[in-house]
Amino acid sequence: MKFCFKDKAITGMMVVVPEQERLFADDMRLFNAPENRSRKLAMVMGYRAHRVVEDGVCASDLAEYGFRKLFADGKLKPEEIDALVYVTLSPDHFMPPTSCILHGKLGLRKDCFCTDISQGCCGFVVGLIQAFQLLEQKCIRKVAVVNADVISRKVSPKDRNSYPLIGDAATITIAENRAGSGYVLADVRFDGTRSMALKIPAGGFRQPCSSETAIMSADAEGNERAPDNLVMDGTAVFNFVMADVPPMLADLVRDAGTDFGGIDKYYFHQPNKFMLQKLAEKLDVPYEKMPNNVVENYGNSSGATIPSAMALNDAEALCRETRRVCFSGFGVGLTYGGIVMNCGNLDFCKTINYPNKGE
Amino acid sequence: MKEKILEILKEIRPEFEFDGVEDFFAEGMLDSFDLMTLVSTLDERFAIKIDGTEILPENFMNVDAIVALVERSPKR
Repeated sequence: MKFCFKDKAITGMMVVVPEQERLFADDMRLFNAPENRSRKLAMVMGYRAHRVVEDGVCASDLAEYGFRKLFADGKLKPEEIDALVYVTLSPDHFMPPTSCILHGKLGLRKDCFCTDISQGCCGFVVGLIQAFQLLEQKCIRKVAVVNADVISRKVSPKDRNSYPLIGDAATITIAENRAGSGYVLADVRFDGTRSMALKIPAGGFRQPCSSETAIMSADAEGNERAPDNLVMDGTAVFNFVMADVPPMLADLVRDAGTDFGGIDKYYFHQPNKFMLQKLAEKLDVPYEKMPNNVVENYGNSSGATIPSAMALNDAEALCRETRRVCFSGFGVGLTYGGIVMNCGNLDFCKTINYPNKGE
Repeated sequence: MKEKILEILKEIRPEFEFDGVEDFFAEGMLDSFDLMTLVSTLDERFAIKIDGTEILPENFMNVDAIVALVERSPKR
């Protein structure tokens, strides 16, 4: 589905990562693989350190912490927020919607529109499109898009396929109308026939959690996990990204009246370094234009990785100047999408730590 | 080229003899993680860019398949 908007802008970004850092050097001791093989893999994939929440911390806790920091710093006022779009795969509860929980905690206006979106890797793109659609309404001037996930709580530490790359984070992106921002082109596509390539089998109504769903077993590659844990068909996801994402992006940049060379920066979802390098090669884009270092610093935090890449690599530049950027997310769903827009002169763009509480 | 590829495979999984094996994956000699390491090493040693859509087990199942892939991959 293609979208076109005019004069929509991102005006601020806040990234919240847990203070707790896990090192790959420690993780690999839990895997059923020799250390030298794990070390080689770490170099290729970019595994080094990842940020994960302490027990009991929810994604909305990170988001609330970020909002309170913005309020305290005078960057945002609760009464200014006309809509809250909360994108997550790790809601606090099945009900109520987590956006409503945050609405209450933050003291937002009763006519502030709140919605939860169940999306992950493409959640920044989907959330931003929702925000821009809301901004078409005259009464909506400022939308806060939250991408927040604590997927580490659902990944087995003995799963070499997923654990070292997973990170937790919440990001707050402020979207507003801004005259002169130009056109925003977006495209989101879905392939539900492959929806089970990335899943947490148990925990929903189809297969509720039980003592049986907590029982761990080893797969053919020696990864131990239970149905309560995230499981990813890494080869299927990789092949999907390589085959389906480049043609979608080629369409998108053409619709935006440019080509891959006409984009200043590519802020993509951060599954791992290897996949991003292969994607850059496929698009014939220099590695320097497509940051791939979020996994090695924070881990893959699902929908929060694109703002994390922006704040980690270009916080100052994004507050100083405007660039032609291409966002792209791809993964769970399977969902893949992109946005081409002008982005910059942000009022704020920073990363903060959510402090450890327990000892 | 074949010797160089065998050398790379041995670096990744020193416990196996790869020469003459028909299907490394079926024999449990390589897994999906090794595949990523192998692609990255081939890219570097042969100064090539293996296309992302070519990273399929059938292109790495034996030495002949890898030789063919390296030969058709564009140079950096």
